[in-house]
Amino acid sequence: METDSNKIIDEVTQGEYKYGFVTDIETEFAPRGLNEDTIRYISERKNEPEFMLEFRLKAFRHWLTMKQPVWAHLSIPPIDFQDIIYYAAPKKKTTVGSLDEVDPELLATFNKLGISLEEQKKLSGVAVDAVIDSVSVKTTFSETLSKYGIIFCSFSDAVQNHPDLIKQYMGSVVPYTDNFFAALNSAVFSDGSFCYIPKGVRCPVELSTYFRINAANTGQFERTLIIADEGAYVSYMEGCTAPQRDENQLHAAIVEIVVRKDAEVKYSTVQNWYPGDKNGKGGIYNFVTKRGICKGNHSKISWTQVETGSAITWKYPSCILLGDHSVGEFYSVAVTNNHQQADTGSKMLHLGKNTRSTIISKGISAGKSNNSYRGLVRISKNATHSRNYSQCDSLLLGPSCGAHTFPYIQAENKSSVVEHEATTSKISEDQLFYCQQRGIDMESAIGLIVNGYAKEVLKQLPMEFAVEAQKLLSISLEGSVW
Amino acid sequence: MEPIKKQSISLQRMVDLFENHRQLLSSSDTAHLSEIRQQAFAALKKLGLPDTKLETWRHTDLRETLERGYDYHLHPLPEDDLQKVFRCNIPHLDTTIIGQLNGWHVSKEVPVMELGNGIIMGSLSEAKKKYPGLVERYYGKAANDSADALTALNTAFAQDGVFIYIPSGIKSPKPVQLINVISHSENIFLQSRNLIVLGDNAGLSLVHCDDSYNHQASFSNIVTEVFMGENAFLDHYKLQNLNNDSSLISAVWFQLGKSANLNSHYISLNGGLIRNNIRLLFNGPHGNAGLYGLYLMDRKQQIDNQIFVDHAFPECTSDEVFKGILDESARGVFNGHVLVRRNSIKTDARQTNKNILLTDTARINSQPFLEIYNDDVKCSHGSTTGQLDSEAMFYLRQRGISEESARMLLMFAFADEIVGKIAIPQLRLRIEDMVKKRLQGELQICEQCVLHCSTPEHPLEFHIDMEKI
Repeated sequence: METDSNKIIDEVTQGEYKYGFVTDIETEFAPRGLNEDTIRYISERKNEPEFMLEFRLKAFRHWLTMKQPVWAHLSIPPIDFQDIIYYAAPKKKTTVGSLDEVDPELLATFNKLGISLEEQKKLSGVAVDAVIDSVSVKTTFSETLSKYGIIFCSFSDAVQNHPDLIKQYMGSVVPYTDNFFAALNSAVFSDGSFCYIPKGVRCPVELSTYFRINAANTGQFERTLIIADEGAYVSYMEGCTAPQRDENQLHAAIVEIVVRKDAEVKYSTVQNWYPGDKNGKGGIYNFVTKRGICKGNHSKISWTQVETGSAITWKYPSCILLGDHSVGEFYSVAVTNNHQQADTGSKMLHLGKNTRSTIISKGISAGKSNNSYRGLVRISKNATHSRNYSQCDSLLLGPSCGAHTFPYIQAENKSSVVEHEATTSKISEDQLFYCQQRGIDMESAIGLIVNGYAKEVLKQLPMEFAVEAQKLLSISLEGSVW
Repeated sequence: MEPIKKQSISLQRMVDLFENHRQLLSSSDTAHLSEIRQQAFAALKKLGLPDTKLETWRHTDLRETLERGYDYHLHPLPEDDLQKVFRCNIPHLDTTIIGQLNGWHVSKEVPVMELGNGIIMGSLSEAKKKYPGLVERYYGKAANDSADALTALNTAFAQDGVFIYIPSGIKSPKPVQLINVISHSENIFLQSRNLIVLGDNAGLSLVHCDDSYNHQASFSNIVTEVFMGENAFLDHYKLQNLNNDSSLISAVWFQLGKSANLNSHYISLNGGLIRNNIRLLFNGPHGNAGLYGLYLMDRKQQIDNQIFVDHAFPECTSDEVFKGILDESARGVFNGHVLVRRNSIKTDARQTNKNILLTDTARINSQPFLEIYNDDVKCSHGSTTGQLDSEAMFYLRQRGISEESARMLLMFAFADEIVGKIAIPQLRLRIEDMVKKRLQGELQICEQCVLHCSTPEHPLEFHIDMEKI
């Protein structure tokens, strides 16, 4: 058993990150470092209107007064914010009309990642916005969607074409004063996706953004804004990868979601940034602020995330349940291996009456990693008859990893019910024995059990993602037990 | 003459007080104990008094409490009516009573008694002189001054308290009742320090009461260190029943030796602000600890339970159950933290916090934390907040039970999970009665000892016609 396990651990730790390649694309950079000139440079390159520059500068000035937070259960090596390139864009054409005009190298990159923009468009009927380094390179399906009145484009395009919507909603859910990384992002964000679903429209396809860090020494700061007007529905997917490098790269993103009366947004993420090698060298530092607001009555936000990558993950997708009868959901599987660290969870702020929220979080830690769930459930005085159910389980694989649970529960009225439960354990020997007894080898048995453990979350993912996520899960963990 | 009269408590005031009375404070200390005092003072100066910026103090703001004017005494107060202390006995229960008045041990004729079987109990300041070696071996070894400012404050200032020593192999024949009564004509700030040591295979039942007799405000900062040797057994009860202007900060630092067995019950019935800081360290394998708490708060009272369990050795078991009912504008805080260290295999840790909010102005903050660095463990935690089960209520109402009785029955049943764990039958009967009174709003602090309000001869009765059920 002991030698078996060593073999398996070796296999896993030597398993390669298959998205670790670098594409040789001609890229233009902003000068290294961060000051007001950098911000002016970014704003100018993107040909932004005045209000954007002002927003950025305000955020930057506020950021200067802030300190990097230390409360998370993470050990974060000092980050030199002056040693980062804040803007990197693939050169060549800035506006792309059709796929034929896209740099063939770029297309090849996305094909290699398994996201053939062309194929995706034809076969799966998924609209994709591909973001490489700082810039959105291509958004498919835009024209078809525009027939429904749906706006789905890069954030820069939205700034040019729909400045009113941007002005109205940008920073309305995550203000630039929110936290250190949100302020940084607000100052230097380069691109991202923008999506607006008009009244009563049910988006006919799944929308998807694909983020890719390519250039070295750069940070990626994108910003996503999704607005679902009354009665609208959209399912949105996000995927991310990065090349394998020895140095750490910073990723600080913001996702804002505004949901009006009777509308629903389903946001799914498969996060697979480069996690670093088995000695903990390299990898992405992922500091993300994701928040949605249920503005109207009977609105709903559902977050689903599968976190397998990043050297450090700091991420708490949240729901502000402002409208009466609104619903917030959070489903998460977070896997950490080797030296990865994750501090992730959700915040549910109940403000409206009869609001409901569910948190299902499944943490899996292996190797020497540390995996923490941190969540807040707050039932305010006026949120009468509200309901929350949280379950956060942790699975420990191996004697040197850590699994932690830090729930914060605040209840301020007598008619609401808040329930939280959590268990931490390793894979039960009975289950393993049962499988092995029936001729299933240990590795498959563990795969089976882990998959079953994560099933509750995986089944929430859209079909295209569920397959990818299951594969990812088995790659990240394959037999790393004992 | 009091060195501090009707003044608020600030760091500067305490620093000055210490520096002016250094000699007097350590008058009964040995050189080693005096050194501990100096170090605690240094730690206090470094830490400052806690504020809400600290994670563990986020939900408990001490400012208002500290700003009230208090008297601080460096000498025991004249004992006006010692009989008060001894009124707190439990009917039909034979106990050894150790009395404390405003933090000072009372029995002046026999400050420390040594029983035939080697059991020592009495005043800590006397014990320091009489058994310096014994006290030095344990004093300050469990309480960590650099981790907690109020513990440091206590270590720097504490002059007296209670010392209990049960030698190896001895079981205390009677339960020991430690009664700390606060009774003074002015607002008072007091600090006392208790040291309880159980040798290997020793056994003790300890009932620890904090009571107040009048309506004067008080601020008590009490630190208790408990050491348990190999296979020792301690049945510990903490009853807290103070007036609405009292603030009680009670830190208990448990250290459990190999295979030691602890059952600790915290029953908080009344008090303006009660903060129980329970720190438990398993200092050997196979230890077993049960921590149970019940809090019933109303008006503007606040209860803050901070529990830290350190599984530093393998194969230990801990079980925490804290339940509370919050009425009116009461505020509750539960912060449980279980730490399982790297080599602590086969740890079994459970943590439960259940709350009932009766009004829209009551609040609860529940933070059940788990921090685990080992895969061979079984850990779970749960927290629920809600109201009385409406279906159970309907069931009872349907059978003709008045709403009031049904509510009482359900609340009492909720509390009984904790009260039922009390192993001394007479004490359980007494507490059941007090809980019932408390739930009916009858239990008030009165001129007489609250514990003397009734003598329950019969088990609890609800006005329910059992035939209807």
